[in-house]
Amino acid sequence: MALRRFDLEAGGDSFAFRSETEEKIAFWRGKYPADKQRSAVIPLLWLAQKDNNGWLSEPAMREVANRLEMPYIRVYEVATFYTMFRLQPVGKFHVQLCGTTPCQLRGAESLKDVCTKEIGKAMYVTDDKRLSWEEVECLGACVNAPMVQINDDFFEDLTPESLSAILGRLRHGAEVTPGPQIDRVNSAPEGGTTVLTDASLFDGSRTRVALLPNLPKPPEPTPEAAGLPQAGSPTITKREEPASKDIKS
Amino acid sequence: MSDTYKLNIDGVEVEVPKAYTLMQACEEAGAEIPRFCYHERLSVAGNCRMCLVEWEGAPKPLASCAQIVGDLRPNRDGSPPVIRTRGAYVEKARKGVMEFLLINHPLDCPICDQGGECDLQDQAVAYGRSDSRYDENKRAVEDKNMGPLVKTIMTRCIQCTRCVRFVAEVAGVEEIGMISRGESAEITTYLEKSLTSELSGNVIDLCPVGALTSKPYAFNARPWELRKTSSIDVMDAMGAAIRIDAKGDAVMRILPETNEEINEEWLSDKSRFVWDGLARQRLDRPYVRRNGKLHPVTWPEALDAVKAALSVGADQIGVVAGDLIEVEQAKAALDFFRGLGVRNTDCRPAGAQYGTSGVREHYLLNPTLTGVEEADALLLIGANPRVEAAVWNARIRKSWLWGNLKVAVIGEAAELTYPYTHLGTSPEALNGGAVRDFFKGAKRAMIVVGEAAACRSDGAAILAAALSMAQETGAVSDGWAGFGMLHTAAGRVGALDAGFIPAEGGRATKDILGGALKTVVLLGADEADLSQLGPAQVIYVGSHGDAGAARADIVLPCAAYSEITATYVNTEGRVQMTTRAVQPKGEAREGWAIFRALSGVTGKVLAYDTADELRTLLRGRTGQNTAFSGRGYAPGSKGVPALLAAPPPAAGGLGNAPFSRAIADFYLTNPIARASRTMAECSALATSLDTAVAAE
Amino acid sequence: MLQDKDRIFTNLYGLHSPDLEAAKKRGAWHLTKEMLDLGPDWLCDQIKASGLRGRGGAGFPTGLKWTFMPKEVRERPHYLVVNADESEPGTCKDREIMRHDPHLLIEGCMVASRAMRAHKCYVYIRGEYIAERHALEKAVKEAYEARLIGANNLNGWDFDLYVHHGAGAYICGEETALLESLEGKKGQPRLKPPFPANAGLYGCPTTVNNVESIAVVPTILRRGAQWFSGFGRPNNSGTKLFCISGHVNRPCNVEEEMSITFRELIDTHCGGIRGGWENLKAVIPGGSSVPMVPAGQIMDAYMDFDTLRDLKSGLGTAAVIVMDKQTDLIKAIARLAYFYKHESCGQCTPCREGTGWMWRVMERMVRGEATHDEIDTLLDVTRQVEGHTICALGDAAAWPIQGLIRHFRHEIEERINRYRQPRALVQGAVIAAE
Repeated sequence: MALRRFDLEAGGDSFAFRSETEEKIAFWRGKYPADKQRSAVIPLLWLAQKDNNGWLSEPAMREVANRLEMPYIRVYEVATFYTMFRLQPVGKFHVQLCGTTPCQLRGAESLKDVCTKEIGKAMYVTDDKRLSWEEVECLGACVNAPMVQINDDFFEDLTPESLSAILGRLRHGAEVTPGPQIDRVNSAPEGGTTVLTDASLFDGSRTRVALLPNLPKPPEPTPEAAGLPQAGSPTITKREEPASKDIKS
Repeated sequence: MSDTYKLNIDGVEVEVPKAYTLMQACEEAGAEIPRFCYHERLSVAGNCRMCLVEWEGAPKPLASCAQIVGDLRPNRDGSPPVIRTRGAYVEKARKGVMEFLLINHPLDCPICDQGGECDLQDQAVAYGRSDSRYDENKRAVEDKNMGPLVKTIMTRCIQCTRCVRFVAEVAGVEEIGMISRGESAEITTYLEKSLTSELSGNVIDLCPVGALTSKPYAFNARPWELRKTSSIDVMDAMGAAIRIDAKGDAVMRILPETNEEINEEWLSDKSRFVWDGLARQRLDRPYVRRNGKLHPVTWPEALDAVKAALSVGADQIGVVAGDLIEVEQAKAALDFFRGLGVRNTDCRPAGAQYGTSGVREHYLLNPTLTGVEEADALLLIGANPRVEAAVWNARIRKSWLWGNLKVAVIGEAAELTYPYTHLGTSPEALNGGAVRDFFKGAKRAMIVVGEAAACRSDGAAILAAALSMAQETGAVSDGWAGFGMLHTAAGRVGALDAGFIPAEGGRATKDILGGALKTVVLLGADEADLSQLGPAQVIYVGSHGDAGAARADIVLPCAAYSEITATYVNTEGRVQMTTRAVQPKGEAREGWAIFRALSGVTGKVLAYDTADELRTLLRGRTGQNTAFSGRGYAPGSKGVPALLAAPPPAAGGLGNAPFSRAIADFYLTNPIARASRTMAECSALATSLDTAVAAE
Repeated sequence: MLQDKDRIFTNLYGLHSPDLEAAKKRGAWHLTKEMLDLGPDWLCDQIKASGLRGRGGAGFPTGLKWTFMPKEVRERPHYLVVNADESEPGTCKDREIMRHDPHLLIEGCMVASRAMRAHKCYVYIRGEYIAERHALEKAVKEAYEARLIGANNLNGWDFDLYVHHGAGAYICGEETALLESLEGKKGQPRLKPPFPANAGLYGCPTTVNNVESIAVVPTILRRGAQWFSGFGRPNNSGTKLFCISGHVNRPCNVEEEMSITFRELIDTHCGGIRGGWENLKAVIPGGSSVPMVPAGQIMDAYMDFDTLRDLKSGLGTAAVIVMDKQTDLIKAIARLAYFYKHESCGQCTPCREGTGWMWRVMERMVRGEATHDEIDTLLDVTRQVEGHTICALGDAAAWPIQGLIRHFRHEIEERINRYRQPRALVQGAVIAAE
């Protein structure tokens, strides 16, 4: 992780939460015990970043510290430790490009080239202030690699062409659709799923069980008697211990 | 269940308390464990990984600093766990850690001020490789500003976080942190702001490498060139143990020594960094004022001039002793002036209402400094320990952190680094119900009256009310003397013990300085208000050219605390001695010797020729088991009987004027500090910060 | 192949509504009160009997972990904290649970909380999962409104669930770092002991469980411990979400039974290896932290804890990263080395200094700019990091490199040889061209 410093110049002298954010602040603070309000520091910094055009300025950090009655240095530590807090300005649409191995294996590097070509070097904000990008570590959508996160949304199964198209639309203010950019639904295999097709999973038959199994006292109903869905032997295939010679080829 | 636990450490079987860390147990067994992050007065971080030891049967080596002995399982056969602190396994682990510490550590030992007293250097000898396997570029880290005292060379930092933990836990100001993460992690203050703690210099001692060093001492000397002298600090009334490091005639630096009963191992910034003041503004020869200007003269000329000035009649002479006066000087001066029949003698600030009851316990911090760790409720009346006794304040904070102590304050609502109940700003609050509620349920209460509170017109009433309350609330009870005064001046208690108060019918400080007398002698009394002296002739005896010397007609140069072997009595009544570290400047003489010499000129020769004779007399004369009869005496619970007697009668009631500060500027409380450039810089910074806060 | 009727996560792909009504139809929140009424001992016993091992990577038996909590609630409340900081490269299973089957998770939280006598639960979700967080918050709101959770709820166990989020730090997936983060500090792992069951969140007894471990609990209880333990080989029981990424024809998430063979897993669900089985080079079978296994050893291996451990790797989070023969393995591992350098918290020495060192050497090895004995030095450095740190990130950073050197040392050597071949002319030409 590289050095992280506040852009003090761009941050100005002051920051105020938007009035509509107050409700969210109260919501988050309400989650933690009264004497443990410090727990809310990450959510509040995140809200501050939202209210500050996607990056966290020094006055915004101080505002959070003041609200939670925390020493500045402690909030400063948090703000610099967590990489989602961006300490310098970003574009209206900030692209976080996952470059970790699963995405790398499926072409993240060519996506980096697209970003460099269309936006510029990492953390550079385009002149129209609309775009910026950076490479980040695994975003946890590996079966939909390669992918990017743009502001709050994941764009998955990208190709240089589809990413380029998305960037183009964002630049011109057109709508973009998050999610997989190829023919698949979420993390199901491309072209459609072969599993989870059994209609009885979804029609309520699973709720017909009247009694829990393994109750501490008899009577202990058999799974069949208890009316488990599709009574019958479960899909257990007998597996043998692997012979060690098979393993050590 | 037993509270102890048996361990087999390097073949030695030891039995240690279960709460011990493995590191302590290893040390008990005689093994030496290397460490960087661990410090016995800070919380355990366990991050340097240098103290790894082997636990037989464990998959990984253990960080011995973080392992509680009681958590180790015995072996299957019930025999004690086997720990090895030596051998190839441990050696390999530690060498690995050492290699990691060194790959990004610069090879700048020849220009590093820590050189010669660096933990990393020392342990690299034991665990370092002779060559480097790291072929990449070393990391460079920007240096940070931490103020005028602490110099940073952050590339040397090994991220042990001792400094972070010290300022947060001991100093109580969360101002240093580790920002960013991984190999980019850096130690810094918030956006390079200066440290505001009075204890900030201690991070220099704590830093195991040369990342945090002393800015004023930078590049001044190497540790092996220095002559080290154990002594006593006089910057406040605690009497912290210090070591004065000198080269030739110059004091190069001052470091704390360990005294568990006073300063543990900490030292306030003023005590640590005042040393440059010892070389500046010094009075190194006698002066006599002629035609409005001070002219250098010889000692005999000066003594003759003094003799002339003292020929005005005993009742026309007044003597005021200052904050730094050592007992020997006080005693010799008192003997000398009493011999002349002078009754106007005082060692207290103007307006002081204490010290005349004849009961020593009335002006001591009877519960002792360590007593605050046993106390469960502390009431501070007109006292601000953070500036009046900074290191003791850290102890109060420690006691509070452990959850034993609650604190209440009557006086200025200052930031003390621990929370407290603010019961009021003026003495009237002593009458309120809140103060009695505060003591409800307290078994070991402690009431501390600040010097400022005892130096007001209602000071006697305040002291009497506080003592009555102590008796009432059980703060003074069998085995617990929970009443005391917190002094601000190192010399005060010793001078009081020596009897340096007005004799029967004599004038006190305010009157002496009020312009009614013809000759006024100032014994380093630079803090007093000298503006009302009128036409009086002034004789100044002291070490520094400060307010007193500026007003003086005759100046007698006297040695400073680093230059004398002398007795001081701290606010607890503990008698300690300084040790001469360097020679007095120029023609300056020890204070007592000046009065011994004067007595020769005036004809009433004092009865001692050496300091030792004087001290023997001091001990013998006082006779009873009090002040000077034995070194190291602090009353503690022995003060109870004296405190259970009725308080001295006090005229008048408690006023409603708010308490004022005993110390206006922490960094500039005495002539030595005012001569120090470092202290001036600290003071300017603190003032600017105060102004900035006020402006907001 | 696991039959649909034995799947726990029936809305894994989000083909149906995640809402309460639909979730109830799929079986969620069914007989929950009955389970809760049976009390902690029964709950722990059932989960122990099911053989459920933690799904977050370490594979510690979940039921056993619950029993480490104090048997009585004293002055300090008990907490359940759910680790939804899914950041292990290759892993994206909890995400599906939170956005498509959140009610299984919420119900699981309640049941698990009952088992450990907790009335409060925090779900710590990684900051980047914003849509997932909103989905979970929505479901929590539904559950509150339907009085399934909250004070005086229909299920009879006072229970509050709060969603908390992080802000980009892999290390917060380590349980004590997660607790630190949840307390509003940097995510730096704590020294253990004390373990969270004694002093966890806010110093109170706490258990930290993975999302999947918690979300499967109600279904296990509804269908019986023996049903769950019937899947997979002994000691490796149950069904498991696999995340298959990398060079397969159709990467996907899928719930399968434990101990399915790698070949069956890939052929059934992912359309085979890209370029055919002959083209398989190596597999990282359990998320980036476990060492890779070369093709020959993995093809017919069972995907479970014990088999993969015997292969000197691990099941980890069952995030299967497949690499075909066109993969530059050195580069793939160098990228992981960068990941660990980037994510090291910087607290303890071996990891802070070692991850950067390892990454820099790996980067040179990608180019071949190294010497043969540096491979041994690198291996030695990984050993100096491994086992010497406060948390397991040091180990996780060391193992991928150890796996690479163990199985593909020859490739590194070849790369070095190639780089060191005489090529002065070519180099000169390049320099001249610049």
